[in-house]
Order: sequence, then C-alpha cells, then structure tokens
Amino acid sequence: MKKIVITVFLLMIATHLCAAEPIKIGMITTLSTKAGYLGEDIRDGFKLAIAQEDGKLGGIPVELMVEDDGRKPGKGKQIAERFIKRDKAKILTGIVFSNVAMAVVPKVVRDNVVYLSTNAAPSKLAGKGCNPNYFSVSYQNDNLDEVVGQYVTEAGHKSVYLIAPNYPAGKDHLAGFKRYYQGEIKGEVYTKLGQADYAAEIATLRAAQPEAVFFFLPGGMGINFLKQYSQAGLADEIPVYGPAFSFDERILKAVGPAALGVKNGSQWTHDLDNPANVQFVKAYQEAYGRTPTLYASQGYDTARLIGSALQAVAGNLDDLEKFKAALRKADFASVRGNFSFGTNQHPVQDVYIREVIKTEDGYTNSTVKKVFANHVDAYASECKM
Amino acid sequence: MLLVIEQFLNGLQLGITLFLMSAGLTLVFGIMQVINLAHGSFYMIGAYVCATVAARTGSFLLGLAAALPAAAFTGMLVEFIVLRRLYKREHLDQVLATFGLIMFFNELTRIIWGRQPLFLDVPPWLSDSLELLPGLIYPVYRLAVIGVGILVALALWYLFSRTRLGMQIRAGASNRDMISALGVNIKLLYTLVFGLGTLLAGLAGVMAGPILAVEAGMGENILILTFVVIVIGGIGSIRGAVAGALLVGLVDTLGRAFLPTLFRLIFQSATADAAAASLASMAIYILMAAILVWKPKGLFPAHS
Repeated sequence: MKKIVITVFLLMIATHLCAAEPIKIGMITTLSTKAGYLGEDIRDGFKLAIAQEDGKLGGIPVELMVEDDGRKPGKGKQIAERFIKRDKAKILTGIVFSNVAMAVVPKVVRDNVVYLSTNAAPSKLAGKGCNPNYFSVSYQNDNLDEVVGQYVTEAGHKSVYLIAPNYPAGKDHLAGFKRYYQGEIKGEVYTKLGQADYAAEIATLRAAQPEAVFFFLPGGMGINFLKQYSQAGLADEIPVYGPAFSFDERILKAVGPAALGVKNGSQWTHDLDNPANVQFVKAYQEAYGRTPTLYASQGYDTARLIGSALQAVAGNLDDLEKFKAALRKADFASVRGNFSFGTNQHPVQDVYIREVIKTEDGYTNSTVKKVFANHVDAYASECKM
Repeated sequence: MLLVIEQFLNGLQLGITLFLMSAGLTLVFGIMQVINLAHGSFYMIGAYVCATVAARTGSFLLGLAAALPAAAFTGMLVEFIVLRRLYKREHLDQVLATFGLIMFFNELTRIIWGRQPLFLDVPPWLSDSLELLPGLIYPVYRLAVIGVGILVALALWYLFSRTRLGMQIRAGASNRDMISALGVNIKLLYTLVFGLGTLLAGLAGVMAGPILAVEAGMGENILILTFVVIVIGGIGSIRGAVAGALLVGLVDTLGRAFLPTLFRLIFQSATADAAAASLASMAIYILMAAILVWKPKGLFPAHS
C-alpha cells in the first residue's frame, strides 16, 4: 500500500514538472457596447497566432485570459488588478480605447508588469509618461492622421475643413493632421461625442467651400457622417479624408457606397505584399470567414511579438529585464513588413494611404502609396527612459 | 441667407424625427403613467428589422412594412409581459425595469445580428437632391422625412380628436378608474396605446436608418433628446410633443450651425471654436431649464 502511494505521489510530481505552467497573458479589451467588434477583432487576431502554434507562442505554452472592459476605465482597472493579483499575470494587453488605457497602463507598469498595446496609444504614454514596461505595438495615436496631413498637402489641396468630436482624443487627432498639413484651415469644428445628425455641420462646411475635408469620427459617428455627406451630394465635389478608424472592413459594410474612393491613412492593409501578411490574411479568412481589419492585424502582431520574446528567454519570466530586452528587438515577421521599436518603445514603421474600393466580397481597402517610411512619432524625443 | 434656410430645414427634419419618438413616449406616460426608458429600443428594432429585410429583398418599402408591425408587436409583448406588473408600482421600479429592458434588447441585437453595424441605404427613388431655390440643394430623403412626420402628426390629431378610440384614450388619460367603470376594456386600451407608441418609435427608427448607423444602442442617443422634448412640451401632451420637438430640433441645429460664427465675431478663433462647441451641446438643456422656470409643467401641460 505504502509503495503504491509513494509511486502515485512521485508520478504526480513528475507529470507536474513535465507540463510546465503555461505563461498567462491577460487581455483587457472592449467586447460589449457598440464598439465591441474592435475588441473582438483584436482578440481573434491574437487567438489566431496562438492557434497556429497549437496553444503556444514562440514554442512556449500560453494561456490567454480575455475580459471585457465595457469601454469603462474603472472596469478596466479592476480587471487588470484581478489579472495581476489573482492570476499572477506578467503580461497584459488588449485595450482598445485611450481613456481606458490612461486608467490602466500607468498603474500596471508600476507593478512590474509588461503592458503591450494592441490599439490605444495616447500621446501622454508616448512622451513624458513613457515607461520601460510599456510597449505600443499598434502605432502612436497621431500617426494615422499625420500621414493624411502629409498626403493632403502633397495632393495640392490648398484648404481643408476639420471635424472631430469634442473630447481629448478628437483634439489629438486633429493636432496630428495639422502637424503635417501646410495649407489653410478653413474651419475646425468639434461636435458632441456620439452625435448622430451632421446635417448642420455639413451645410456649414459646404458654405465654407474648402478644397478637402478631414474628419476623425470613430465608430457610428463616422458611419453617420459619411452617409450624410454623400447624401448631401458633396462626395463628388469635395474629397473627404480620414484616419483608418472609419474605414475598417466591418464599418465599410455599414457605410456602403458612401465611402467608395475615400482615401485614408493606415499602417497596414490586407493587400500588403509580404509573406507574413499573405499567410495571416488567408489564415484569418479561413478561421473566421471575414477579412481581417487593422485591429485584427494589431492583435496578431502583438501575439507574434510576445512569442518572439518568449522564445528568446525560453519562457522564463523571472527576469523581466531580459524579456523586455527581447521585446525591444522586435525580432518577428510583422504583417506590416517593416517594424522596429523607437526609443519610446513605439513602432518605427511605414505608414500608407489607402483607398476604399469595391470587390465582389464587398467594400475593402487597397493600398495607394507609402507616404512615410520608418516614421517616428512626434513624442519620442520627450521620452526619457 | 440660403444657408439659414437650409439649416432651418435641417432643424425641422431633426425635430420631426424627435416628434415621432416623443409622441409615443408622451402617450405612454400621459395615459399609462409609465416611464418607459426602453422606448429607444423599439426605435432600434425598427431600424434593424428594416435593414435586414431591405438587405434580403432589396426593397426599402418591404423593410418598412416589416419593421412597423415588428416594433408594434414587440412593444405589445413587452407591455403584456413586463409593464402590466408595474402600473401600480413606483416610478423608480418602472425606471429600473425598463432600463433593464434597454440592456436586454441591446444584447439581443448583438446575439442575433452580431456586433457589426448594419447597412441601410436611402431607397433609389428618394436618393436624389432637389434644388429648392437657386443654389439651395437639399436631399429628397430628408424632405420625405419631413413629409412623413407632418402626415403622422395630422393622423394623430385625427385619431385623438375625431375617433372613438381617441376619445377613449383621452378619457383614460384624465381618469382611468372612471373609464373602466364605464365598461371600456382599459387593459386592452393600454396595450394598444403602448403598441401605437412603439410603432411610432419603429417608424422613427426606419426613417433614421438610411441616415444613421444602424447599431446596437442607437436608441439611447435619441432617447435623451426625446425626454428633453417631452419635458419641454409638457408630459402627456401630443401638442406639447410637436412644439417641444420642433423647438429642440431647431435650437440644437441652429446652435450647432451658427454659434461658432457668432462667437468668432467676439473671440479669437481657437477660443471661439471651443466655447461654441461646448455651448452648442448645452443649448437644448439651457432651453429646457429656461422653459421650466417660466412654465414648470411644460409648454402645453396635458392635465391643466
């Protein structure tokens, strides 16, 4: 009897040692509310990378925990705390919205946890508030506006009219555009957050007679604006531009023909011709039956980056410095092609202008032009690490 | 000058949409004394059903024909299952229950239709723009919305002042015990009134669908404005709903359109833009406060 007990005991220890605990990754993202599809795509992109390695990243078993922040900063904070205290997670990721990020990130990086952003990258965390434990894999928020500013200047539009919602991110995005735009600003309108009807703004805009319009209206606001803009008969008269947020494949389905031909700025499009991307787009379509959006690509890249670093440290997170050093190398094949980290641990990457086109599968984007090569964000110089 | 006329039309059109929403809400409140926060959900149901049917069949009219009964039927079902239990309860209980319904319907649309917003376009025969005056081009669809709203207002006026049903509804609003003593089936009447209210909300949703994003939670945006409308107009009064809706639509639109220009005459442009944006979004609430100081029961109180 004794022998049996001891054997069983030894066997248990042995199996425990063999099956190393998977590395826990906590994903805080937005799955409910109107914006829920953003988090869904980030999660699905991330999961795809894990599924492609059969539950591993970089050969190391991982466990992905996903929780919905409901777009609420307070809830995001609670989830982060739970992941860190209860689950002892050392890697967090996934936040969609900048206001949630501002509530969560500064706190978790002080707790010696690595946070990798899959989307939100507010200026405060890129400049003075940068931190060795914080990485942005997506972009710095202003990047996609800067590229449009540059492109609109190059396209020779001598005046623009700007529209954004009246909240901090709205002002940041217009500032990003203005940083690279060199013509005249005919008007700069800040609308109510969540506004539905833009008829008044569109009529005023028409009267101002700008040569182009730039708008940052994420989510439903952008759908409303584009539809009404086209219904007002302005789409053929005054070209409209914006960052990629109003032109992902899922929003385009709801906007329909009103978005056709609109040029927008993005760091990634599904037609970028590099092996990693071709493979990713195909696998994503097979797994989920839809074209990946840029959010999905950001989730996928983040997972692959984590994989590259886990491999470098052989799954050992006891020395977090080594893990961070491995992350900083960005030694993975990004679906964006060119990718490295700058001094503030934000991407140094190419940024493109793309155009909304119609294919037999519906509305999508096609890359028009690389406007910035190895673009560094404007706040990198303020970051002292 | 043309811009003023165009903005005036925009305000009118927003007001009409608000009227369709607030007519239903004010009816339900005035007659049944129920605060129905879930009114916006029927607006959403109208838009979703119309978008789905229109996508399948390619016909906006079929979408409309499906959406109206869907909104009315869901409304009556909700009245039958949930609200009947709440008539005798306090307003706070009703608010809690109908707030719960908002979440229920939002989640339900996510389960049925997914997280992605739906597409609903202006029907081709309404997609042109019309030159009303030389230089004033206005989308036909928005004119149609104004037209439908005016028709509905007339139909409601006829229903309330010229038909037997309308008489019973008005009687029910002033004294519900008396009318049931007179042998009118007040329960059925309530269900019908609620169904009528949600039908109007569904109609507003259908008409907003081609202009706005059809997405879960779209009803909440307009719900707040709708409450402002019925508070300004006087709770329970259709006439108040008409006046309140037009006032709110015009003040909101004209404020957004002309405050920045006005402020630029006084301040520097950056300060002017920021101040005008804030004031424009506050304008209707300031209007509401001012009207309530002047007439605490609203412009046309139902039971004066």
